[in-house]
Amino acid sequence: MHSFGYRANALLTFAITILAVMCAIASISDNFNTPSPTSQVQVLNINWFRNKADGDDEVSMTMNISADLQSLFTWNTKQVFVFLAAEYETPQNSLNQVSLWDGIIPAKEHARFYIHTTNKYRFVDQGSNLRERDFNMTLHWHVMPKTGKMFADKIVMTGFRLPRSYR
Amino acid sequence: MDVYMALFPCDSTLEDLTKRLHSLAAGFHELMQMKLVLYRIDANKMDWQGQKVAEQLMQIMLVVFAIAAFITGYVLGSFQLMLYVYAGGVVLTTLITIPNWPFFNRHPLKWLDPSEAEKHPKPQVVMGSVSKKKPAKK
Repeated sequence: MHSFGYRANALLTFAITILAVMCAIASISDNFNTPSPTSQVQVLNINWFRNKADGDDEVSMTMNISADLQSLFTWNTKQVFVFLAAEYETPQNSLNQVSLWDGIIPAKEHARFYIHTTNKYRFVDQGSNLRERDFNMTLHWHVMPKTGKMFADKIVMTGFRLPRSYR
Repeated sequence: MDVYMALFPCDSTLEDLTKRLHSLAAGFHELMQMKLVLYRIDANKMDWQGQKVAEQLMQIMLVVFAIAAFITGYVLGSFQLMLYVYAGGVVLTTLITIPNWPFFNRHPLKWLDPSEAEKHPKPQVVMGSVSKKKPAKK
């Protein structure tokens, strides 16, 4: 502590170490948050359903997606990435997940939403297994923190079925 | 030897050369004395007690501000506020503990005055016999 430079160095190092500890504790405090999100998806219309030239099935649908994800936000949340995936089983694959729509929620005020949309990304199968297929609509989210650990979870909504024949 | 021949004129006697070497050595000695004086001036800015106080004050202030900042940010739900309070605390700590304030120099060391040093010269070491004794002791 005998010179200006020595003291400045010691202070800066200690201050930054303490800042790292503060950020770690902030991340740990996220574990005390028990979120209670809700969501609902309605498939309004199957726009078209076809077998493509390369042999894969494809379907386009219009849906209403509504969700309330406000309880996911804490003081240490930067944004929530949310996406809707259609999940189903085929003889080829035990689990297929196809992302139909996604979005970024930057703040708590925008976390309660209602969207009327066609699928943002194409719903294409590996093969032609979609006729009369039962599938789940699963809403996944990733809570991205300002510092620390990212949490991911989902809500599974069952009871959806694709038509028997192509349209 | 060539270096010395370059430094000093060729027509000097050995006596002249040794005199010049001695004056050079005396010059270095003066330089060292100057450095010692400068260090003493610098040391007077913050004494040992003050340095200890400065270090402790710095650590305590930073930890206190960190705790205060975290609680403020957590209760008010604002990560940014926590960072602002902490940054303010770091700046305040810098202003208090880094410059050489007078209250860090309340117990200055009393250095010996140069005139006193001349009255009590350092004891002369006898070169030949002492250097021969040391290896034997080891």
